[in-house]
Amino acid sequence: MIQVRAFCAAVISLFAFLMFAPAAQADFASSLARFAQDEFSETALAIDEIAASGGSRAQQVLEALGSARLFVDPASKKVYWRAATSDRTIHDAANGEPVADPPAGLQVVRINNRLRGATLNAIGALTLMAPDPARRRAAAESIFKSRDASALAPLEAAIKNEKDPAIAALFAQARAVLMLAEPQTTKDQQLEAISILRMRADIGAIAALRSISATADADVKALAADAVTAIEARLKLMSHVQNVWYGLSLGSVLLLAAIGLAITFGVMGVINMAHGEMVMLGAYTTFVVQEVFRAYAPAWFDWSLAVALPLAFLFTGLVGVAIERGVIRFLYGRPLETLLATWGVSLILQQAVRTIFGPSNREVGAPSYMSGAFDLLGLSVTWGRMWIIVFTLFVFVSLLLALKHTSLGLHMRAVTQNRRMASAMGIRTPWVDAMTFGLGSGLAGIAGVALSQIDNVSPNLGQSYIIDSFMVVVFGGVGNLWGTLVSAFALGVANKFLEPVAGAVLAKIFILVLLILFIQKRPRGLFALKGRAVEA
Amino acid sequence: MMPNWGVCMSIKFVRRGVLAGMASAAMMLIVGAPAIAQETIKVGILHSLSGTMAISETTLKDVMLMLIEEQNKKGGVLGRKLEAVVVDPASNWPLFAEKARELITQHKVAAVFGCWTSVSRKSVLPVFKELNNILFYPVQYEGEESERNVFYTGAAPNQQAIPAVDYLMSKDGGDVKRWVLAGTDYVYPRTTNRILEAYLKAKGVAAEDIMINYTPFGHSDWQTIVSNVKKFGSAGKKTAVVSTINGDANVPFYKELANQGVKATDIPVVAFSVGEEELAGVDTSNLVGHLAAWNYFQSVKNPANAEFIAKWQAFTKNPKRVTNDPMEAHVVGFNMWIKAIEKAGTTDTDKVIDALPGIEAANLTGGMSKMLPNHHITKPVMIGEIRADGQFDVVWQTKGLVAGDAWSDFLEGSKDLEADWVGKKCGNFNTKINKCGS
Repeated sequence: MIQVRAFCAAVISLFAFLMFAPAAQADFASSLARFAQDEFSETALAIDEIAASGGSRAQQVLEALGSARLFVDPASKKVYWRAATSDRTIHDAANGEPVADPPAGLQVVRINNRLRGATLNAIGALTLMAPDPARRRAAAESIFKSRDASALAPLEAAIKNEKDPAIAALFAQARAVLMLAEPQTTKDQQLEAISILRMRADIGAIAALRSISATADADVKALAADAVTAIEARLKLMSHVQNVWYGLSLGSVLLLAAIGLAITFGVMGVINMAHGEMVMLGAYTTFVVQEVFRAYAPAWFDWSLAVALPLAFLFTGLVGVAIERGVIRFLYGRPLETLLATWGVSLILQQAVRTIFGPSNREVGAPSYMSGAFDLLGLSVTWGRMWIIVFTLFVFVSLLLALKHTSLGLHMRAVTQNRRMASAMGIRTPWVDAMTFGLGSGLAGIAGVALSQIDNVSPNLGQSYIIDSFMVVVFGGVGNLWGTLVSAFALGVANKFLEPVAGAVLAKIFILVLLILFIQKRPRGLFALKGRAVEA
Repeated sequence: MMPNWGVCMSIKFVRRGVLAGMASAAMMLIVGAPAIAQETIKVGILHSLSGTMAISETTLKDVMLMLIEEQNKKGGVLGRKLEAVVVDPASNWPLFAEKARELITQHKVAAVFGCWTSVSRKSVLPVFKELNNILFYPVQYEGEESERNVFYTGAAPNQQAIPAVDYLMSKDGGDVKRWVLAGTDYVYPRTTNRILEAYLKAKGVAAEDIMINYTPFGHSDWQTIVSNVKKFGSAGKKTAVVSTINGDANVPFYKELANQGVKATDIPVVAFSVGEEELAGVDTSNLVGHLAAWNYFQSVKNPANAEFIAKWQAFTKNPKRVTNDPMEAHVVGFNMWIKAIEKAGTTDTDKVIDALPGIEAANLTGGMSKMLPNHHITKPVMIGEIRADGQFDVVWQTKGLVAGDAWSDFLEGSKDLEADWVGKKCGNFNTKINKCGS
């Protein structure tokens, strides 16, 4: 068996060598000259030739091409590259030497998706032996996806060289895919490839197994079909886990958006239509902070959110206090007027932001620790969503502790439970009202910082959350923080289980209908407050 | 930001009714020569300056103000100056009809440039018919309409959706065999996807290779849908997403795509409603290679385009301000309108409507667009790939200009219809029974 494989490998590498040999002789400089033509077909040829020539020089050129760092001087037709987009030093592509005075008017070599894919494959084949394990990993993945048969020979060589068992497994999977696509592979090799892919057990493996040609041996086809069913069964199980995870993630966003409202509406009873605009102001605070970071300290950009959080809390908190002092305090006990007044405030805030920042979206960047995804037992978890869940729970716990163990929290609870008694005890109730409203608004502000990571930062940001926020607070039971928590996660998970079945539009409608029915049955929500506080 | 002109103008013109006599008397006194007191030609601008659509429409208002200012510098038209009348329909569809009526009856505008969403256009149609005025509609739309009073300067489906799908099916586009049609749940995506589905099936794509998905306006949680797309794309056939997702929902959609690592080399997304303006709020470094189909891109290298961009950035006093496709449609539409007035020698609605078909105006991509008898125009179709700087690289474009087709050739009931306002004087002439009206 091993001998057969070794023999095959030798034959294939010989074959590959024969194929590459003439191409490798093609002059590197004349290959580079093809880039200057600005024709996709010429660029495609250049990629093949340069990839075949191998070596670090080729790798540098191809990587530059893939990330738009390869330039052509239209006048002299010479090709240059930069080591990184931010790095201003220009290197001559022919020898890799830095150029002291690069010509003006350099133009980026344009590529399209097909060429981008070809470039990635070529880089994958070239970096199989790279010292950096992350690059070898990426190389294995890119070969696995591309199923580019020409990578088989370098892959065989790399497998022999590989010391890291995890990466060796990835290489073996990549080879299995190539083997399946290769017409010459024997039945035994195919069967082995299928069992390797079966171990991988993800959608990529299914894709490879499904692509087995119809002319393949019956045993092979049966085993492949069997493997696909096994993987699909596993994925189906995973999809429930995934739904729960997505639901928790959606729930955390809902909770974050609603938690401020749970204070202003839930605890104080103010129908605060400007709540969404507080979220928006928090998001714009993040934008401003990031702009400052971009201008003065780009290296510290990852810290921008940490700086934006307290600033957003303070800023929106102050705006909240101003709204309470300026408008709402005159309207206590008149819910309809409060509703209209706060709605007016929300329109004023929206238009103010539109006037200052313009109507279009503003770009809020994701710090490095919030972008990308990682794989957890076959479940793809995005970092941004995970941090938002962690952050939401942190905010929730802090709020609970603040209400329980600080003097402001004690005063707040006293005032909401019995305002006149609290006043008689010497608590300045108007001041407590202002602080409570400020706290609720500040919480909305920090929600805005987190939501700026996943949503538009535009003047309309708040509007899309206001309905959901009220829904969460009312469903959970007005005045009960734990109710808000349970209701947010329940709505999130229910929505995510309905969505794959009913589609996003119907899922939303179903949730609303269920909610209406539920409120008919229990008008005070999931966890209704009991006792005198209800009547107050 | 410009101040809200709508309010100022309304006040001015309400008063004008009362003070009309006095004002003209005063004018005569001051100017001393009655002949010079030529009335201006009023141009209505009907774009939302507040509410959800303000994000896209405010820019179109600004570009119209710039065009009018420029035309006035050249001496106006027919020796008369142009005057912009801006109203704010506030992203509120019934209000569009009210504001259109206000523009035509109170302000007596010669033509209106406006609307973005199809539902706003449908809401103003009866007003334009009843009061016989002209609307220039600058946005790509679902087709299946041709009205005497409306001139469609945006793309019809055959000028955007169909060529985009053709490109993806080609070798350069990735030889796509499996399709996700994802859209926002309203008339434009629904009709476009109906046309595309019929077209794909006509091209031999099996029903199980087409997945259609609709989401509500402003949808922000894309986790499930993106992971479903990934799953759908794993069937061993090259898969692409055709996105008619509109407005605010795009940013979270693209952010989720980037986070879940859907690369353009694996599953490309081609969008019909995402332009330079929409990408302004997104970090595009992870979206490089995803596509958009339009009739204009800011990155098109062309002297006319360079001049327009320079003027626009100077007008808005923002050197980073981007341009986009509907803006170009307004530029072309406005120039056609000016030429038609010059040809007709009057601003009379009927004469201008008759003069418009056949009028040619330069577009910003180097061609001459022509107004057709079906009130649509000829346009080049371009496919652009998103670059890391938020601009597009044109990777493919049609050889010549494509004539806009009001009635899709791929839908039952619509393929026999033809719009011709010159010869047949009919917007939906049925060629099968040789009669106007479907």
